[in-house]
Amino acid sequence: MPDAGAAWSQRRDTVPLPLQVDGLCYRVDEETLIDNISVSIDSPGISVILGPNGAGKSLFLRLIHGLIDPSAGDIRWRGRPPDLAQRRRQALVFQKPVLLRRSVAANIDFVLKPLGAGYRERRDQILQAAGLFRLRDHPARLLSGGEQQKLALARALATDPAVLLLDEPCASIDAGSTLQIETLLEQTSARGVKILLVTHNIGQARRLADDVLFLHHGRLLEYSPAEAFMKCPKSPPAQAFIDGNIVL
Amino acid sequence: MQDFGAAFGLAFSLVFNADADLVEIILLSLRVSIGAVALAALIGFPLGALTAVVAFPGRQAIAVLLNALMGLPPVVVGLLVYMALSRAGPFGWMNLLYSPAAMIIAQTILVTPIIAALTRQVVEDMHREYDEQFRSLCIPPRRVIGALIWDSRYSLLTVTLAGFGRAIAEVGAVIIVGGNIDHLTRVMTTAIALETSKGDLALALALGFILLVLALSVNAAVYGLRLSARRLSYA
Ligand SMILES: Nc1ncnc2c1ncn2[C@@H]1O[C@H](COP(=O)(O)OP(=O)(O)O)[C@@H](O)[C@H]1O
Ligand SMILES: [Mg+2]
Repeated sequence: MPDAGAAWSQRRDTVPLPLQVDGLCYRVDEETLIDNISVSIDSPGISVILGPNGAGKSLFLRLIHGLIDPSAGDIRWRGRPPDLAQRRRQALVFQKPVLLRRSVAANIDFVLKPLGAGYRERRDQILQAAGLFRLRDHPARLLSGGEQQKLALARALATDPAVLLLDEPCASIDAGSTLQIETLLEQTSARGVKILLVTHNIGQARRLADDVLFLHHGRLLEYSPAEAFMKCPKSPPAQAFIDGNIVL
Repeated sequence: MQDFGAAFGLAFSLVFNADADLVEIILLSLRVSIGAVALAALIGFPLGALTAVVAFPGRQAIAVLLNALMGLPPVVVGLLVYMALSRAGPFGWMNLLYSPAAMIIAQTILVTPIIAALTRQVVEDMHREYDEQFRSLCIPPRRVIGALIWDSRYSLLTVTLAGFGRAIAEVGAVIIVGGNIDHLTRVMTTAIALETSKGDLALALALGFILLVLALSVNAAVYGLRLSARRLSYA
């Protein structure tokens, strides 16, 4: 698949790293769903947020993106809180793609139009890169699961983000689409876009991760380079997770 | 009691010969109700979407009020508009009483709460689905509202048809502010009401038949819209 952004990417500013998270907590009622997470992510490339279902991965992603407010703690992207200005430089692909009730092309146009003239060519380039060009006039919501995820990713890339956040982009889609999405992510990362990818698929983590954050019961159990994590995880739940055991 | 059979026969000949008076009445009915529904949609879509999306003080109160006003009795609307437009009223100088314009105003007031309240429900559901995605994309509120209205277009068309159904079938408001003046403000419902009481059953029956067909067509259109929206997965 050709690169989905290199040709037209306008972004020349630096990636807003490090991401510094300090004593992050998120509580609903009396339940602590994110429990005192502190971490500083400074490396470029792909950081994979790994953990079993219900670990708090999606909440963590929404917190650092600024969609929900922490109950306690602090989040900084290169010293700045995750406000509107920061969010503009980021894009989040949700676990369940939220596509507009329009055609495939119109879903991309929605984010490109405010950028002004020439958006049609860019849209076509983006759809080509995502392998969706021949589907451009289809209703977006009639696409297959894999196609919908690709469209959601293409739309995220169309915003030309410096940071790309993804919440299980390959959960419950076919192998072909998974491969296409992973290729797209590697190309995007190679362009210098920082990627934070949530997954509970250890295979995907092995293929993509430069470093791994392992979340369990709302806590960050470890943050290590991918190789070190895969070889000798420090915490028993992470060990069990890598070994393919069921981790609750 | 006159001969019902003769009345039916006369009614059908009126319909199938496209009697000039009949056609005039039907066209005026459509003009008034379509005009009113268009105005009501112009006000009701943004108002409903605004109350669904933007948190402002009094938003809950407006939502409750709109819901309550959905059941506004047409005669009450007619009475209020009559008072406003009558010579002694605040808008008496506009000389609108007993004109199609007055009828459009009355029906607009009748239909706007229906369209606004239904729009609010439709848009609120969709907003719940789109909210985080739109916030992630940093879409400004005006664009959010525009996008929600556009993406609910199929549902909002059925909402509009519901409003039209209400307007075309009501008699209370238009008879008070229009007065059922021949060749000027006589619409289907007022004609049916007054011709029946005068004993001219043929015209009343012919109009009743047309009204029924219109109501059925509106329902069929709503049904068809739902089907095609579902087929495109745009519902
Ligand atoms: N708004 C909420 N209210 C209550 N519980 C929630 C809420 N959002 C998430 N949770 C709970 O928090 C836990 C972590 O959720 P999530 O971040 O979605 O996990 P995952 O790691 O699978 O993405 C889950 O047990 C979930 O049920
Ligand atoms: Mg999740």
